[in-house]
Amino acid sequence: MQAILKTEHLDLWYGTNQALKDVSLDMPEHQVTALIGPSGCGKSTFLKTLDRMNDLVPGVRIEGKVLYRGRNIFDPDMDVTSLRRHVGMVFQKPNPFPMSIYDNIAYGPRTHGIRGKRELDEIVERSLRGAAIWDEVKDRLKKSALSLSGGQQQRICIARALAVEPDVLLMDEATSALDPISTSKIEDLIADLKKEYTIVIVTHNMQQATRVSDQCAFFLHGELVEAGETGQIFSVPKDKRTEDYITGRFG
Amino acid sequence: METLSAKRRFYDRGLRFLLYLCGAVTCALLLFLIVYVFYRGLGNISWEFLTTQKSYINKTDGILPNILNTLYIICFSMVIVLPLGVGAAIYLTEYASNRKLVAVIEFATETLTGIPSIIFGLVGMLFFAQLLGFGYGIMAGGLTLVVMILPTIVRTTQEALKTVPQSYREGALGLGAGKWRMVRTVVLPNAVDGIVTGCILAVGRIVGESAALLFTAGMGGVVSNFLDAMHTSSGTLSVALYVYVTEYANVDLALAIGAVLMIITLVINLAASLVGRRVKNKQ
Repeated sequence: MQAILKTEHLDLWYGTNQALKDVSLDMPEHQVTALIGPSGCGKSTFLKTLDRMNDLVPGVRIEGKVLYRGRNIFDPDMDVTSLRRHVGMVFQKPNPFPMSIYDNIAYGPRTHGIRGKRELDEIVERSLRGAAIWDEVKDRLKKSALSLSGGQQQRICIARALAVEPDVLLMDEATSALDPISTSKIEDLIADLKKEYTIVIVTHNMQQATRVSDQCAFFLHGELVEAGETGQIFSVPKDKRTEDYITGRFG
Repeated sequence: METLSAKRRFYDRGLRFLLYLCGAVTCALLLFLIVYVFYRGLGNISWEFLTTQKSYINKTDGILPNILNTLYIICFSMVIVLPLGVGAAIYLTEYASNRKLVAVIEFATETLTGIPSIIFGLVGMLFFAQLLGFGYGIMAGGLTLVVMILPTIVRTTQEALKTVPQSYREGALGLGAGKWRMVRTVVLPNAVDGIVTGCILAVGRIVGESAALLFTAGMGGVVSNFLDAMHTSSGTLSVALYVYVTEYANVDLALAIGAVLMIITLVINLAASLVGRRVKNKQ
């Protein structure tokens, strides 16, 4: 399967602290790649590098390549806003804007110049359906998104990301702030979404990684220790450190 | 055990009483001031007082020019200081990448807010009225006030911008919004409350300022239109209050001016918070 997103020898420093060391990883199309590892291992940093959200951090320095459809996203002529349109992000804590549900979903399309009411209505409905929350909110689209529960807010954020029609969806521990029922809803959703999108998730939850991912990448101290098919990683890990981690010996 | 809890209860009550006393004294002082000024001032406010100017020939005591001048200088100063200050604050919090330089500028603006206004007045007179040749009037006075309240607007706006959660910014950027779109649609609307507070503080300082204006806007008490007032000596209400006490030794009319000033401030504050709520509801 073709890798829609891949990194080649990626190094990243925060000031003098090296957070990623020579990471090369392929993320194949229409698959779920799970990034696992203990806290501070660099997996969130890696994820944020993929849509250049690390640009916001002062004192960050990046070497190596991130290729999206074969193009290095750090090329000087790369348009960051259009990159982020194709590579969407869902954050750890649900962060809907303090606007109506409708305006939240329409924010992305409006940003990219879509103004027509009918077209926006259509996008909003399609995105909310895509994020499996349409039935819960269709009668109160004008209500503030902040009036929803945490799990609903997170699905609103997923819908908001879908509304700009990305190819890739990055999810940074998107269920860690949610209750088990909301979590399982979002896991079902991920399984559904991979038919149309390529998904990269960061998770602390080993069971979640086995449940939702096709491919797993284990990070430790900024290094990519091992990456491979999820079943293989969890049954016959090649590296001793991977085995120690997934069997709960540390982390 | 018994004695300890009794002691604690005693402390608890004593402390509660002390705090209550602090609150009560504060309220009493403010209330006394307001009631006293209104009690002695309101009776002297008449239609004639509000709609004429002081004239020895007609034998009238009126503050219409001063009311107009106050409104002129509020409009003139705010129109300049609001975009300038909010713009500077947006630059400092959202765009500037040199954290050290920003810290220095923030420290400088903080210091500037504490400088006695008469120093601004002196510099304003030398620079705006004399060196640039604007003469005494709303122009020189207003520009002096702009310099004086700019730090207040910048600081309060910055504080307001900093309270907007970082996650909103990330959310907007993550959807491919450019920086300005993020600021305009997500950051500013959520900082409106703080910006309005800054404006109220600024208007309060403009209305209440006398020292800085004596040297720059002057004490003139003749009705003139907005453009003429720019470069003719034009006393605001606070300046008129000062003049009524020192020149005419008329404390009763000074108190009447005080009452008018308080009413104007109240109306402006109410209007500002109303506008703030409107803007907030709209988005």
